[in-house]
Amino acid sequence: MSALADPGAARAHARAMGGTVVEAMPILPPRADDLPAGVAPDDLLWEETIAAGGYASRILPRGSRLRLIDLHGDACASLLLFNAAMPTERLNIADTVKVQWDAYPAAGSLLLSDMGRVLASIEQDEAATHDAFCGASNEASNRNRYGNGSNSGAYPNARDRLLLGAAKHGLGRRDVHPCINLFKGVRIGADGDVTAQLGPFAPGRSLVLRAEMDLILVIANCPHVLDPRPWSVTPLRATAWRGAVAAEDDPIRTATPERLRAFLNTEDLYR
Amino acid sequence: MEQNAHFEGLSGQVIHDEIVPARAPWLHRVKAGETLRVVDVEGNQAVDFLLYATADDAERFSAQDTIASQSNIFLRTGSVLLSNEGRPMMTIVATSVDYHDMIGGACSCESNSLRYGHHTKSQHACVDNFLEANLRDGRGKRDIVSNVNFFMNVPVEPDGTLGIVDGISAPGLTVDLRAEMDVTVVVSNCPQINNPCNGFNPTPVRMIVAA
Repeated sequence: MSALADPGAARAHARAMGGTVVEAMPILPPRADDLPAGVAPDDLLWEETIAAGGYASRILPRGSRLRLIDLHGDACASLLLFNAAMPTERLNIADTVKVQWDAYPAAGSLLLSDMGRVLASIEQDEAATHDAFCGASNEASNRNRYGNGSNSGAYPNARDRLLLGAAKHGLGRRDVHPCINLFKGVRIGADGDVTAQLGPFAPGRSLVLRAEMDLILVIANCPHVLDPRPWSVTPLRATAWRGAVAAEDDPIRTATPERLRAFLNTEDLYR
Repeated sequence: MEQNAHFEGLSGQVIHDEIVPARAPWLHRVKAGETLRVVDVEGNQAVDFLLYATADDAERFSAQDTIASQSNIFLRTGSVLLSNEGRPMMTIVATSVDYHDMIGGACSCESNSLRYGHHTKSQHACVDNFLEANLRDGRGKRDIVSNVNFFMNVPVEPDGTLGIVDGISAPGLTVDLRAEMDVTVVVSNCPQINNPCNGFNPTPVRMIVAA
């Protein structure tokens, strides 16, 4: 029998846990000692390390930057993006690759919505191994590979993690759209073959996204769906700070006619 | 129209036979075990294609699950179209075209404005066909996901450059899909006139269901 038979003892027991520090947790208020030059600590919006097999969801304002760091070289950040003001507008992977004539999102690429607007830009990218094609693992694929894929088991799948994150913003099964996987990549062969780039990679690779709209973002950090290894995924660090909206002469905004028109459409939303 | 050639090699009894006009949407339910044949009647006509599980339409075709399961971006004979929950929805049991597209998505008024300029925003587009068909069936914008493009050619170059290029289909070529569950098929007979997916000339397609 435990010694927590009365509410007072249970309260003392619960409160004694406060202040525990683990690797995968949010830091409140956010604090980071490695912000880029020129970013004031007061502008920090979010500091969280997302667990291996975990997920997070968050609203980020237009202009803010989101830095993701693959701390130990084996994270896989499956990302959903929604227009926070109108979540029926969301990331459209097909338009993202088709409009930019490019299968491989990297520094300078836009993540486009299904409304011809830019949700986010990839402002910096040390990884360049990302995947717009294979999507999230699901309960069935994880059951096949690991014997179990449930949220309550040891091998949660990315789709169900994304579903939980989306649900916390009032979204549901119809809203878990095709995702982009960051840090794990693919390359396409001449006959259409998909070759996954799974690492593990050097620890500490990072990328920075710039929010071009007010966003709901949902991130799952589960093994890539094509990863043949025994369950392998490591924690993912997310840091976000306030920043300026893209200027008229921003090099990403003006890089191609398609990208410029995506910004024009987005700016029209905020006129 | 060469009526007979369109039925060649199709087994079972024809239970539905319909011409989808150029530029139009189409919605049809196909039961498990039935085979849907899509006929590219005049050649190189992109057929934008979505599937929903009839019993639970939050389960729908997933291009990403399908690509991952076969480690290939193209649909060929033997490809299994998977749902977002990893279940087989339809199997391509035969096709006379080398491969079909799963990465190019559907044209929309909005993406046309990016790809070609704002002067194309008023043109009809596949997403509007998908919306029209889905709205009649109780679905909406949230239900539109990455689709199949039968008879459309989207190669990826070694450096990652991709694009919709001249088609590899021809008049009378077909794709046969066996339903692995009861499915609701939603099609846009693509109205695009700014790229080669329809040879710059949208044409009718034919839908034949055999049981």
